[in-house]
Amino acid sequence: MKSKAPIYFLLFAMAALFLGMFFGMTASFQYLTPEFLKEQIPFSKMRPFHVTSVISWIVLCATGSIYFFLTYVEKFKLFSPLLAKLHFILFLLTGVAIYFSFAFDYTEGREYFAFTPVLIVPILIGWVLFGINYFKTLYKNVKGWPVYYWMWGTGIVFMCYHLMEAHFWLFDFFRLNFIKDFSVQWKSTGSFTGSWNMLVYGISIYLMSKIKRNTDVATNKIAFFFYFLGLTNLMFGWAHHTYLLPTQPWIRYVAYAISMTEWIVLASIIYNWKRSVLKVEKDNNPMAYRFLLATDFWIFINIILALLFSIPAINFFTHGTHITVAHSMGTTIGINTTILFSALFFIIHHLYPEFQTDKKWVKRGFVSFNISLLIFFVSLIIAGAKRSYWMYVSRDGSFSEMQDSLVPYYISFFIFGIAIFVSLSIVAFPLFKAFFQKIKP
Amino acid sequence: MSTDSRPYIFVIAILLALFGFYNYVVYNTDGYVAIEKLSPTAVKGQQLFQSNRCWSCHQLYGLGGYLGPDLTNIYSSEGKGPNYIKAFLNSGIKSMPQFNFSEEEKDALVQYLKQVDETGIYPNYDAEIEATGWVKLKYRDEE
Repeated sequence: MKSKAPIYFLLFAMAALFLGMFFGMTASFQYLTPEFLKEQIPFSKMRPFHVTSVISWIVLCATGSIYFFLTYVEKFKLFSPLLAKLHFILFLLTGVAIYFSFAFDYTEGREYFAFTPVLIVPILIGWVLFGINYFKTLYKNVKGWPVYYWMWGTGIVFMCYHLMEAHFWLFDFFRLNFIKDFSVQWKSTGSFTGSWNMLVYGISIYLMSKIKRNTDVATNKIAFFFYFLGLTNLMFGWAHHTYLLPTQPWIRYVAYAISMTEWIVLASIIYNWKRSVLKVEKDNNPMAYRFLLATDFWIFINIILALLFSIPAINFFTHGTHITVAHSMGTTIGINTTILFSALFFIIHHLYPEFQTDKKWVKRGFVSFNISLLIFFVSLIIAGAKRSYWMYVSRDGSFSEMQDSLVPYYISFFIFGIAIFVSLSIVAFPLFKAFFQKIKP
Repeated sequence: MSTDSRPYIFVIAILLALFGFYNYVVYNTDGYVAIEKLSPTAVKGQQLFQSNRCWSCHQLYGLGGYLGPDLTNIYSSEGKGPNYIKAFLNSGIKSMPQFNFSEEEKDALVQYLKQVDETGIYPNYDAEIEATGWVKLKYRDEE
């Protein structure tokens, strides 16, 4: 009997997504009514809950999908099902501990890793267990890896490194030098994102090759060229986050040069794939295919934005504004989440070949998700442009007055945030139910 | 399905070697302007900044949250400064809750923000935007 660990990971991921969206909604409400429950659940308390939950969604869903593909689709014998089980239990318990850490204000960490720093130890151990299982399983079963196996392996290794790097501030060598410390903090954060992108983008290429039933998309030289370009960005392209920090200029020069290649990576691969996809194959996985098409759209939008603000002269005006938030929402929701939902639909089709994935309500949820995300995204862009105008052009009025002038955009952001929550819940509910059936004794 | 992995392993090895060297240099490079190390009081202030999740709402160098203002130069801004910072900590404002910091803790936070302020300027109004798209920052020691 196959290990149920992948299904547990996917259920855990979907629960994290639901909670993450709920916390996000609660936190964003405070943009509209700043004094609402501010002493009980201030924004500063809700934000870590939101951020950690949605990052967990991405990482857990990617992990569960990879375990699933290896064991259920490729039918490899996992090196150790026990390690996979331990990995899941460790992440589950750490997740609970992190929520307790936030609830009871043990938040000595930093942005994105606000929990008490000792909790990074079990997280790291979990990644090491995943790495051992992954590399040992592939070493035994595959000769000449397609690009997605390289991407997943890279994601796992760099995840371990950058989770450690994000905690270098615990050492005085970094901590006492503010500029060095701050740049290493944002280096690690940028590359942490790059690491999960390796996992998620690897999944998208895997899905393309499976839906299309053509392995060439994952084995040709162009796919590897883009993988190496992505890896170079992961390693050296982080410093566009810190263009305005007085680091040594060469760090920023390197980032400027490398950032210009960012995002072209996946867009090109998907573009080449879509042109030749066969109808009969997409009919087998209609929702997985639709979600990948949505990914295509969101990549296109985010490429434009990312390329523009990787130019220092533009970054100068967009940095520190909601345009950066629009970019992170556009990439985590628009790109990562659509790829992961595509994976969930592919997986459900594999588990239940008769399962009708494109039910009426699911299709409606998919459409309203994309429309809501677009309005949500545009609201943030406009809010960011107005904030930038206030910072650099008008330079007039207090921060509070500027915030008040953004309320209409915050209302839109809040309403369409709810719409994203509802739409994704509609799409996710039948999947969650079906996965849940699978783990019932 | 199968690919020849040897060339890819070679490229990865080169990239990893470059990455190791790059990290070594980045970790051993100070900022562009010589700055003093954080004092023990400033370190305590930094701890308070983290444990109270000030970064959730506030930014330093434009990095952090969006609900409150950037604090990079709050210490030296005209009409602001140590007393202004302490007043906000005492009373809270709009979405900012009232914190019950002791006088010693407030001093530590102010000291931290003072040392952050000494490292540079944000927003960097006097930066020069060049035709290449590059931005030449104005540094603290050029004021």
